[in-house]
Amino acid sequence: MLNLFIRSLWNRRSTAVLTIFSISISVTLLIGVENIRKGVRTSFSSAVSGTDIIVGARGGSLQLLLYSIFRIGNATNNLSWESYNEFHNDKRVKWTIPISLGDSHRGFRVLGTNQEYFKHFRYGSKNKLEFSRGQSFSKVFDVVIGSEVAIKLNYRLNEKIIIAHGTGRKSFLKHDDRPFKVVGILKPTGTPVDQSLHVSLEGITAMHIDWESGAPPMEGESLSSADILKLDLKPEEITSFLIGLKSKIHAFSLQRQINSFKEEPLSAIMPGVALQELWNLLRTAEVGLRIITWFVLFAGLLGMMTSLLSGLNERRREMAILRSVGAGPGTISFLLIFEAIFLTLVGILFGLLFLYITLFVSQPLLEAYFGLFIPIQPPSVKDLIILGVIILNGMLMGLIPALRAYRQSLSDGMTIRL
Amino acid sequence: MAEAILDLKNVCFSWKNSGRELLNLPELLVEQHEHVFLRGPSGSGKSTLLALVGGILVSDSGTLKVLGKEIKNLSSSSRDSFRVDHIGFIFQLFNLLPYLSIEENVMLPLSFSKSRAERAGKTKLEQINEAHRLLIALELEEPLAEKSTVVELSVGQQQRVAAARALIGNPELVIADEPTSALDSDLRHSFLELLFSECKKSGSTLLFVSHDSSLSELFKKVISMNEINIVNK
Ligand SMILES: Nc1ncnc2c1ncn2[C@@H]1O[C@H](COP(=O)(O)OP(=O)(O)OP(=O)(O)O)[C@@H](O)[C@H]1O
Ligand SMILES: [Mg+2]
Repeated sequence: MLNLFIRSLWNRRSTAVLTIFSISISVTLLIGVENIRKGVRTSFSSAVSGTDIIVGARGGSLQLLLYSIFRIGNATNNLSWESYNEFHNDKRVKWTIPISLGDSHRGFRVLGTNQEYFKHFRYGSKNKLEFSRGQSFSKVFDVVIGSEVAIKLNYRLNEKIIIAHGTGRKSFLKHDDRPFKVVGILKPTGTPVDQSLHVSLEGITAMHIDWESGAPPMEGESLSSADILKLDLKPEEITSFLIGLKSKIHAFSLQRQINSFKEEPLSAIMPGVALQELWNLLRTAEVGLRIITWFVLFAGLLGMMTSLLSGLNERRREMAILRSVGAGPGTISFLLIFEAIFLTLVGILFGLLFLYITLFVSQPLLEAYFGLFIPIQPPSVKDLIILGVIILNGMLMGLIPALRAYRQSLSDGMTIRL
Repeated sequence: MAEAILDLKNVCFSWKNSGRELLNLPELLVEQHEHVFLRGPSGSGKSTLLALVGGILVSDSGTLKVLGKEIKNLSSSSRDSFRVDHIGFIFQLFNLLPYLSIEENVMLPLSFSKSRAERAGKTKLEQINEAHRLLIALELEEPLAEKSTVVELSVGQQQRVAAARALIGNPELVIADEPTSALDSDLRHSFLELLFSECKKSGSTLLFVSHDSSLSELFKKVISMNEINIVNK
């Protein structure tokens, strides 16, 4: 029986291969979308690992998360250095990282911070930032660049660069009188850190001296780098800050306290909660994508059914011969269902194979170009459920031709038709 | 006296979608070891009658006994196994599965019938030997040795492979539905002679169907459809 089945299928191998191909493409898509979705999520969560609370000026929590961690969008308001200090000195707080944003360099964001950043910032599964070259900034006009910045702009250590005001890719207002020196290059992290330039808070202040009104200083009025260093560069305000707590128990109480801070309107968010908000926002798009891939799969299975059905006429002779040597109509319809299941299974196997090959090849590329790290894992329970549903569908698609073959072989008698 | 191979009484049959009665056979009896020629014009219902005998179709009324067994009383799956256990079929054309080798085609009934497999040989090797013996007896030594595929065979050779398949495992009844209509008259006679001698050797009854009455002189017993079927047209 099995031999018969294999030989018969082999005889029709070209259509079988096409069917397997279309099923495997849909499997690759379905499971691949699922994997990328998960990868994006872990990638996003990995950018904030270890941070308990993010604080910014009063505003939307999602917005705060996006600009302070993912460098997407801008803050509408800053918060004062005094407020920062207030919470920095709170006894529940283990560490804080001040963040000052708003400037860019050739399309990459500039982030003003202090040494705490290199000490306490964590990404992925609680990894510390590490330097591939050089070290942290120590002078006002020092800059530490992320790995992508170094690669894309081809910057080396000690290179002098100009940092612009504003975040546009083409910034007209360049602080070109005060160049910064590259003193450190970070190792790749697969997070937005790779796409950032890091300077001290004093450096940020220095950039903006005599820009108080937001407009460039009059000709001849600007101060030289040497003059600036003599000034008090202590920051007056920052964009946001990250908090690490001594104990997570205090997260809610501190958050509430910050949100009701009297001196200044502030917003405190917990990254996990804000991310959940983001996923809820993206759900519609995900669902749309998933529906499309299911349709692709459906088309593949429909193709299989079509080829089984159209093959039925050509196979009438085969069936009559089998009937004459004792095969019942049940046996014949079983052969068809079995074929459908077999094709689906092989399609799934090839689809998975294709998916994992693609993942292995594209993983380094995605990481390099989009900062997305897609982990390669064996199929999850959810994937297995999807695969089960596919097999079930394949079986259903085989059922229709099988029923038809059943009835045909009952009504044909033994007349061999051509 | 041995049991009759075929014993039909008052068998009526009409195709569901035609509405017209095709067969009404008051009596038909075929004894064991007989070689019977069933004659009748095209469309007279010969193939339909064979499908009834093979248990692929079921009569509307009457009794139809094969080897003393009432076919109607068997379940559909036991009809299938009864068919392969006791009957070998040869059709007019396209008897063979193109994706199987010559000997696999011959041995096809053995995978569906235990009793015929046992009669063909106790071991797989003995069964293959039996298939080879039949093929050689039917003058197919050459294509067998050359391991030709089924589609490379001439029509006459294909029909002889089909005959070997019908004969393997010595079924009590060999039914041939116009197996010679695609052959020229010389081939027709040699094919029939081979078929006769092999049926004699295995002790099978042969029910040979054709509308070509020129072959009837080779048979001792000739049945005409027009005589046994009393449906008025
Ligand atoms: N599967 C079928 N469904 C409906 N009607 C059928 C079917 N097979 C045969 N018939 C009808 O039954 C009648 C007899 O057909 P059958 O094939 O038994 O004739 P036959 O004597 O074998 O003819 P031939 O000598 O041409 O083979 C024909 O009128 C045919 O239309
Ligand atoms: Mg016929």
